[in-house]
This record gives sequence, C-alpha cells and structure tokens, in this order.
Amino acid sequence: MTEMTEPDGAAAHVEGVANVTDNELVASIVDGIEGASVTEHRYASSETIYHMVAVPVDSWVAAVSAAKERGFDSYVDLYAVDHFAQAPRFEVGINLISMEANQRVLLTTRVPYDAPSVPTLTDVFAGANFYEREAFDLFGIDFPGHPDLTRILLPDDWEGHPLRKDTSVGSIPVQFKAGSVDL
Amino acid sequence: MTDATDRPTDVNGDEHVDETSETIVKTVEETRRDAHDIWVSGTEERYPFAGSTDEGAQEMLPEGDDPAASIQQGVSVDDDYTSEPRNDSEERQIINMGPQHPSTHGVLRLHLELEGETVRRVKPIIGYLHTGMEKTAETLTYAQGSTNVTRMDYLAPFHNELAFSLTVEQLLGLEVPDRASAIRVLMTELNRVSSHLLWAATQGMDIGALSMMIYGWREREVCLDFFEKTTGLRMNHNYIRPGGVAADLPDGWEDDVADLIVAVSGGLDEYEELLNENPIFLDRTMGVGVITPQECKQFGVTGPMARASGIPWDLRKSNPYCGIEQYEFDVPLGLHGDVHDRYTVRMAEMRESLKIVEQVTASMPRGDYRSEDRKVTPPPRKRIDESMEALIHHFKLFTEGIKVPEGTAYQSVEGPRGEVGCVIVSKGGAKPWRMHWRAPSFAAVQALPVMMTDSLVADVVASLASADPVLGDVDR
Repeated sequence: MTEMTEPDGAAAHVEGVANVTDNELVASIVDGIEGASVTEHRYASSETIYHMVAVPVDSWVAAVSAAKERGFDSYVDLYAVDHFAQAPRFEVGINLISMEANQRVLLTTRVPYDAPSVPTLTDVFAGANFYEREAFDLFGIDFPGHPDLTRILLPDDWEGHPLRKDTSVGSIPVQFKAGSVDL
Repeated sequence: MTDATDRPTDVNGDEHVDETSETIVKTVEETRRDAHDIWVSGTEERYPFAGSTDEGAQEMLPEGDDPAASIQQGVSVDDDYTSEPRNDSEERQIINMGPQHPSTHGVLRLHLELEGETVRRVKPIIGYLHTGMEKTAETLTYAQGSTNVTRMDYLAPFHNELAFSLTVEQLLGLEVPDRASAIRVLMTELNRVSSHLLWAATQGMDIGALSMMIYGWREREVCLDFFEKTTGLRMNHNYIRPGGVAADLPDGWEDDVADLIVAVSGGLDEYEELLNENPIFLDRTMGVGVITPQECKQFGVTGPMARASGIPWDLRKSNPYCGIEQYEFDVPLGLHGDVHDRYTVRMAEMRESLKIVEQVTASMPRGDYRSEDRKVTPPPRKRIDESMEALIHHFKLFTEGIKVPEGTAYQSVEGPRGEVGCVIVSKGGAKPWRMHWRAPSFAAVQALPVMMTDSLVADVVASLASADPVLGDVDR
C-alpha cells in the first residue's frame, strides 16, 4: 500500500510522454492543444485499440468540443479519480465514442487539490449533467457553469466527499453483549 | 320502519346524535382554506413540520429559473420537443412518484409536475440504494472484486463480472483460454435472455398485461435453474473471475441448455401471441416515450433503447469481446424509438441470444476453463498436496491477491441495458486504487424526462418500464 502523505508535500505527477499516435482522428483532436498527450491502450484479448488523451484543464471544454466535432459525438461516461499524494490530485475523464469511425477516446484532465474546479460539459453533452453531479457529490469537484450542481447519490446534508482517499471506509462499533446482559 | 329518517343508529338501534358534525364541517373548511396544513387529530394543534417541508436541493425550481430541467428534458438537444406551458402555472401540482411506488422498479423517485393528467416536468431523484460500492471496491482485492460488482446490476450479474474481469485482464495483459471465453459468452447471453424475460414480465405488469408477469418469471426461472446448477447461486454468482471462470460447466449441461432453449423460445412464441396483436397493449406502447437517436447519443443511452431508436450500435459487433465475433447473430433495430419498438427489439434480441447459445453449445472448445497463470488463478486442489510451489502460489494468491501493474484501463461489454463499462485505476498492488462503474441504468434514468415530458401519467409507467432501469446499478 502506498504510504499516504499530505497533498502539500506530494510528488509531482509526471504526464506520460506525448506519444505520437498514428491515428489521424485522435491526433486531430489534440492538434493545437498545448500540453496534451495521447496514449494507446489495447482491449483485453483483442487487437482493438482505444486512446486516452490527457489535456490541461484550460483546454478541457475545447478538447471535448473538438472531439465532438470530429465525430466522437456519443457520450458514454464521465468519471473522477483521486490521485492522493500526487500533485494535481484529481482527475476527471470523459468517455466518448465515434460510431462512424468505430473508435473510443477517453479524454482526461487533472486539477489540483486547492482548486478542484473543472468547467462543465453540460453545454457540450447534455448527458454530463448527472455524471458531473456524481463527481461533485463523491469527490467534491466543482463544475462551474453546471445548472444544478447538487448532491445526487448522498443526502443533501451529508458532510464530506466519501470517494476522496482521505475519507476512510466507515464502520459502526458493535458491542457483543450476549451473556452479559440480563435478559 | 315508520320513522323514515336517515339518522344513524348505534348497534342497539338507539338514535345516535352526532354532536361533533359541526366541528367536522368547520375543520373541513379550514382544511380546504389551507390544504397544506396537517392538523393533529382532534386538536387545534398543527404538526410542527406542516407547511415547512424543505426538500433542499431536491426541490423543483420555478420553471424559468431551472436550466437543469431544460437539459434533462432534451430542450438543449435539437429536437422535436417544445416546452410550451398551456395553462397558468397555478394549475400545476407536484406529485412524488416513488420511492415506494411499485412501478418504479425499486427505489426511484420521480418528481412529477402535473397539469391535470399531463406531465410537464420530471425530475428523477436517485440515491436511495446508494451503498458506496465503488468505495467498497477499493478495499477488496481483485479476486474479491467480482463479488462486489455482481451485486450492482443484480439482473445482469454475469455482465458485471465480465466487464470487471476483462478490465483486470487488460491491465494484466492476460489471455484467457478459449473454453473460458466460450463459457463466458454462453453465460452472458443466457443472462441477457433472463434479464429481458424479467423486463418482459415487468413491462407487461406495468401496463396491465398481468398474465405476462407470471409467464416472464416462469421462463426466467428456467434460466436461473441453469445458473444455479452451474454456479451454485441463482443470482450474484461470482462465477466469471479475472483469469477465466470459477468452475467448469456441470455434467449434462448440453441437455440442460437444449431444454432451456426449447422452453424459452416456446415462451417467446406465447408472449408474442399474447401481446403482438393485443389492441390495449399496442395503444399503451405505440408512440409512447419516444427518444430520438440524437438524444440517445447526448445522454449516453445505449443498448436496446438506442437500438430501438435506430442506432446500429452493439458492442458485440463493434468491439467484440471473448470471441463473440465467431458466432452468427443479427442486431435487431427499431425505427420509432417508442416503447413498442423497445419491446420488439428486446423480444428479437432474446431470439438472437438463443441463436448464439445454440452455436456456443455446438462448438464448445475443449481445454481449461481458466488461465493457467498461477499469479492469477489458484492451482487445482490436488496439486497443493503434491507440489510445494502450488502451495506457495495458493497461499500468496489468497493472502495477498493478484498483483496488477500500474495503469488505467477501460473495458465494456454489451449488457442487457446497454454498455456496462468498468474503469480501473491501478497503482500496483492487489487492490484497485479506483474503480468506476459505467452503469447503463444511470444514463437511462437521466434520460427519463426526455421520454416523459408532455405525456400522460399513465405513459410515465410505460416509459419507465421500457427503460428497464435497475436501481442497484443506478445508485451503486
């Protein structure tokens, strides 16, 4: 298990070396976006490839819009990850499909602990609405511009964001009293 | 009786004078004046919470101030939908449907804004079944992980296990034996049939075809019997695991599958005879709960719902897994995207799945049912008595678990409700750092307002049933 340190003293996350992808469609998404990197992944027991594209948070909406324009117009998923003890602590990823080209791309971005804020994608994909609410609810990531950024899975008065790594898995102390209680 | 009065009498026949009738009338008037007040029976006291119920963030905003509603209703998607209020908003009332309503398929709550019988706005409220399974996944090893995910969409446990196992195998770079893949295809396709049968039962029940409910459950039971024989459990099997499957198929499984195919396809013929030309069924389903292909793409609606809208997309064809490309099957498509097309698509899908099952049975390869990689799957019980190395592998596997290299992986399979996907972020070690579940029902529930807005309350039930959401999958 990785030893947990405070986010301040965290090791800087090194972005993967920007691979040159021979996939023109994916390359065209990151065209003109500084600091973007593309990695290729292969499905299990398959030759089929999908791509993961890491972009800086400044060009998040631009990159997703570019992907949508280039045919990745089927919204599939949006998720968040807490890379505790790594410098940009939170990761948000969106999963898109191009049905015409039969390709999948996962765009990701990283935001720091003290400014966990990713511009909303609800204007690009209406389906991002519930998913961003979920990421807000469970990770405390802010999505400025979201029309209704409220808790979705947890009660409204819940404190904290349970999928963050510094939230421990809860437990209820149980006392086994059988034998000691007058019945 | 000569005394022709209609005064009430008590049990002894004595005339009963109602002394409290005046006060009752008064109370009724007062109640009418302020319908929201709740009075403590027999007193002038109000319940402390009356009139001050605060729903907090779940409250519906006034229509103009609610941009979320327009997104959910698909107004922001270029579409046929027009949200024109036909009456003054004073005429509207908000009704909560669920979370205990029997037609909400679990614990979904729908905030319906009604104008008479017409639904003007819908807000799905979820989270009643949230048990933090994604957090739990971080505390379980990869070997334990499939026991967790199998409980998410409890009607499609094999698909959940398969998506999880494939993601782990992708990170491991592991190839599973052909027989394991074929067994996986067999079980997931049978699971698609059993899940669709339950959908047929509930869809029928929800729109008044009550006998359909009995028939659907009856044929599903045949499938579950086979699951039980193979895995030991009717649901939540933990059968498909990283590296293969938990056990080989039981003796005589070919005969069981052959019997199952006969029973289920016979059942399907009966259902179609019952429903296909039933005027009530057609009236309740045709043109109801329409969702366009464009909206499906925007809201992440996949699977039979997207195919009923005419999107030719099936992961078994576009991104085949477990060698499913060897088998011949068609992908049924709908045209209108209404409840009736979803019915037709699902019924046809069951037949296609049975076709795959038949082919798998005929061509089941021989060999191992799980990988022989001892870092992933345990050695056979007999080997532990004979080999020190097997003992060590067994011990390491069950105390430490499978070591998965660092990385992020996404893998998805075509579940009965659409794309079942799994994101695993590994930082090395035996437990996932993060596991995210791409739940098809979550997307379907989000798209419910698109289907329900401006339809009748009765159609809400039909639309909801046709979306086939499993709340365990939505809330996780």
